[in-house]
Amino acid sequence: MHERPIVYLDTAATALTPRIVIESMQRYYETYHSNVHRAVYVTAAEATEAYEAARLAIGRFIGAPHPADELIFTHGTTESFNLLAKSWGRANLTSSDVVVLTEMEHHANLVPWFQLRDEIGIEIRFIKVTDDFRLDLSNLDELLRGAKLLSVTGMSNVLGTINPIAELAAAAHAAGALIAVDGAQSVAHGVTNVAGLDIDFLAFGAHKMMGPTGIGALWVRRSILDSMPPFLGGGGMIADVSLNGFSAADGIAKYEAGTPPIAEAIGFHTAVHYLESLGMEDMAAYEHELTASLLNQLATQFPERIHVIGPTTMEMRGGVVSFDVEGVHPHDVAQVLDQFGVCVRPGHHCAKPLMKRFSLAATARASFGPYSNESDIEMLMTALDDAVRLFG
Amino acid sequence: MSNLEDLYREIILDHYRNPRNRGELVTPPAYKAEGFNPLCGDEITVYLQVENDTLVDIKIAGHGCSISQSSASLMTAAVKGKSLETVRGTIDTFKQLMTVHESSLETEVDPEPVNLRALGELAALQGVVKFPVRIKCATLAWNTLTQGLSDLA
Repeated sequence: MHERPIVYLDTAATALTPRIVIESMQRYYETYHSNVHRAVYVTAAEATEAYEAARLAIGRFIGAPHPADELIFTHGTTESFNLLAKSWGRANLTSSDVVVLTEMEHHANLVPWFQLRDEIGIEIRFIKVTDDFRLDLSNLDELLRGAKLLSVTGMSNVLGTINPIAELAAAAHAAGALIAVDGAQSVAHGVTNVAGLDIDFLAFGAHKMMGPTGIGALWVRRSILDSMPPFLGGGGMIADVSLNGFSAADGIAKYEAGTPPIAEAIGFHTAVHYLESLGMEDMAAYEHELTASLLNQLATQFPERIHVIGPTTMEMRGGVVSFDVEGVHPHDVAQVLDQFGVCVRPGHHCAKPLMKRFSLAATARASFGPYSNESDIEMLMTALDDAVRLFG
Repeated sequence: MSNLEDLYREIILDHYRNPRNRGELVTPPAYKAEGFNPLCGDEITVYLQVENDTLVDIKIAGHGCSISQSSASLMTAAVKGKSLETVRGTIDTFKQLMTVHESSLETEVDPEPVNLRALGELAALQGVVKFPVRIKCATLAWNTLTQGLSDLA
């Protein structure tokens, strides 16, 4: 469709997929495509082995102490939060309980809790966002008083703000609450160690980590799993079924009803392996440099015209840069950029409360991956110049 | 490759920068209809004042991209002061302009030509159909007007 090459700056929406990830899934379909956990023939055993090996590798990638027993595969970060709210939430919360969220959450970490509130009447409190795009922790102790759970993003998909998770985990635990982290962005762009952070739940998805769509995970601290009933019902999650009812399987199998996304688990495994070979620290440092460069160029070239919606200093900040071009709607910005092959995301980024907090309907957002480079930024700046010119 | 000039015609940019009939009307006697585009967050409010089967006044509030805002502005200029029958006719012709092209993108068969002359300035929006994801921007105000008229009927 385009005569120009693609300048992909929408990694925060979904990351590009390396060929080895695609090939690993293709190999499964072509040479050992079978269902898992069922049959005894050779390829079925191979598929089961590959599926469970993926669980171990992905668990190790996030520093899970017991990956085989703690990492539940889901269809993505959104389903992970639904599992958390509908399994742990329903079983452990009542109308007098409090869940603390933040104003910068993605809808995936808002709506399941609103649904739970509609269902059982929990109280939801919000950590506010300051004018410089950070969590306002000044009244954290007060907000956490009596809370059962703090659920917070590791890195905002709109602002690029990286939150102080270890500090929040310590505060939550001191108040007697558990802490869940939305790792959709943070796990894909930095080192994550659930044990080191001392968190209780971590939700994340493969396709933001250069893996396939359709698979993600919820990591749960092992000691909590006993208090979590099954989520979806069906095959694979049972110990026994009769016409009188069922009993659930032991361990994490009880959260994985139905045929799981097997090829995707294999691709997810390869993606994690690929990320490890790049080195998460090196990758974070590289994206840090690109982000600093973009912020600097926006401030130099469009000081009055373009306003960054997110921190303009680099500490605790990732490679997601939202901006508002004065007088030009983000959709129009993105449309002009598209003519240059530049892919950015216009819209509310599934964070409408955060948009409202800053009196915006939408922003345009550029985001980096390990394959991004300075020439991408150069093309973005050229295209922005054109957009500003067109709309005067 | 579609050119940006097809989309951002001078008339469209003019209506975006200087929207006509922007504001609110007192309800009642006026009627208020709201439209949302949940995908992009655009919101529009159309205020209608109907007397004796005539749309005597119309105002637009809300926010959105240049296409949704200019389409709303062009729409008010086209329908204000017209009989409801004429308004409905204009809505039908405009929607035809948006959908005819949509189907022709798939079939590559020349569609029945829309009477562009009857559309006047609105014809400037025909370039939108070359950018299918923006069609819903252009039709937001019109769908909201349609909703308002059917609520009133």
